[in-house]
Amino acid sequence: MKYFVLLAGYGERRPWDELSAEEQAGELEKHQKFDAACGAKQGVEVLSSEALGDGSMATTLRTRGGEMTITDGPFAEAAEHIGGYYLLEAPDIDTVIELCRLLPAYDMDIRPVLDLS
Amino acid sequence: MTWTSGLSSTSPDAVLKRVHLEAWGRLLSLLVVRTRRLDLAEDALGEAFARAAAHWSSDGVPANPAGWLYTTAYRQLVGWLRAEAVAARKAPLLAVRPDWVPPEESVDALSDERLQLILLCCHPALPPASRSALAMRLVLGTPTEQIARLFLVAPSAMAARITRAKKKIALAGIPLGAPADAELRARLDEVCRTVYLGFTAGYTPAAGPDLLRADLAGEAVRLAALLHGLVPEAPQAQAMLALLLLQHSRRDARQEGGQLVTLARQDRAKWHRDEIEAGLQLVATVPRGDGYAEELRLQALIAAEHARAPAAAATDWAAIAGRYADLEAHTGSPIVRLNRAVAVAEVEGPRAGLSLLEGLDGRIADNHRLPSVRAELARRAGDIELARAHYTQAIELCANGPEREHLLRRRAEL
Repeated sequence: MKYFVLLAGYGERRPWDELSAEEQAGELEKHQKFDAACGAKQGVEVLSSEALGDGSMATTLRTRGGEMTITDGPFAEAAEHIGGYYLLEAPDIDTVIELCRLLPAYDMDIRPVLDLS
Repeated sequence: MTWTSGLSSTSPDAVLKRVHLEAWGRLLSLLVVRTRRLDLAEDALGEAFARAAAHWSSDGVPANPAGWLYTTAYRQLVGWLRAEAVAARKAPLLAVRPDWVPPEESVDALSDERLQLILLCCHPALPPASRSALAMRLVLGTPTEQIARLFLVAPSAMAARITRAKKKIALAGIPLGAPADAELRARLDEVCRTVYLGFTAGYTPAAGPDLLRADLAGEAVRLAALLHGLVPEAPQAQAMLALLLLQHSRRDARQEGGQLVTLARQDRAKWHRDEIEAGLQLVATVPRGDGYAEELRLQALIAAEHARAPAAAATDWAAIAGRYADLEAHTGSPIVRLNRAVAVAEVEGPRAGLSLLEGLDGRIADNHRLPSVRAELARRAGDIELARAHYTQAIELCANGPEREHLLRRRAEL
């Protein structure tokens, strides 16, 4: 199955910009450990992963009555803190949850990718 | 297959009822682990029971009723899977853990796969309000209408809730298979919380003839017994079953004429002694531990003290107060403190109880229990004005019909 892991919030951590250089290095190391663990686990693969610009860089498009408006984003306050995502191939959600324990302690949302074929 | 041996009645209806009670969960979990299709497995087993009802009365009861039902359901399921393949429709299979192995195909070696099904139903990724309902529906085969009655929701809403949960299990990839030991303990805690939630739902007072739904709370006791049978060494399952047996043994004494009867006023002759004996024996074997298991053990020990007392006046309140002190130290729960204060009041007097309630304001969310306990203690201390003020506050906060009436009565009696 494919899973989309959204790094949805800072949780108890501080925003990236407020971390010291050592703290940033520590967080990056956790991401590297996560990558390595995914690679070592049977049936698991990181298909794609990116860090995203924060909410202040978001642009929101909304279409109402056929008219599209463009505004400064993000579309919802809760989306302010989205930091990035992983797209994983994994056999089941328990495997994904176990691997996510290695990541920095973000608030995360795991969504199955639907097969619409 | 001998799960239905020892039948006393052999009429088709009686056998069918018995097999449903004893074997539904085993049959369904086998179908699920063999086909990895939760949706179809449940429908196929339901279909097999319907066919049995039609066929057995004319053709007679087969020698092996559970085996007949399993084979019928399995064939039906395979037929549906073929039809799906022909129509080239894709439905997701249940995910499985990487180390998962399908059970043996031999019918004689039917294994018990119910633990897998219970863990699936009680997975923390499912909404808590769905887990008990799903476990009762799938593991016990409890009809959806009855589950709806237990949780005080409309049958259509309960059916939708169960359907959504099954869909999430399949789409989110909640896997079959028991996790490794360290995680299994956390998952069993989750199962016990789920079972307890289902149990307490039966004792949530409601309006009308459904004041309590103790018969349906009994479904949660069945789940607890089943879990204990599957993992007899797990302390949380032992303690949970002991606690539920002891609490449920009082069911017939808890209401009379549409009114709740408090523990002190219950007719103890109506308590089920055999269940109390079983609960007392079980709780004595649970080792002192930590985490949720210890919380359940301490609760069961408190229930045991009440169950042991031949009359309300013979209750060993000092022992109960001590258990509550342990439980409060273990959980830090303000509700536990509240109950402890009641026990302490019985030993040291109402003033001692009242002083233990200090500092609890605002810590027990939207709850009339704090002012109603204060009112009762103030009344016993002879402080009528204080009691009246607390009753009034409790009445304002109480949204539950029968309990509110009880409080109004108590205030009027002052």
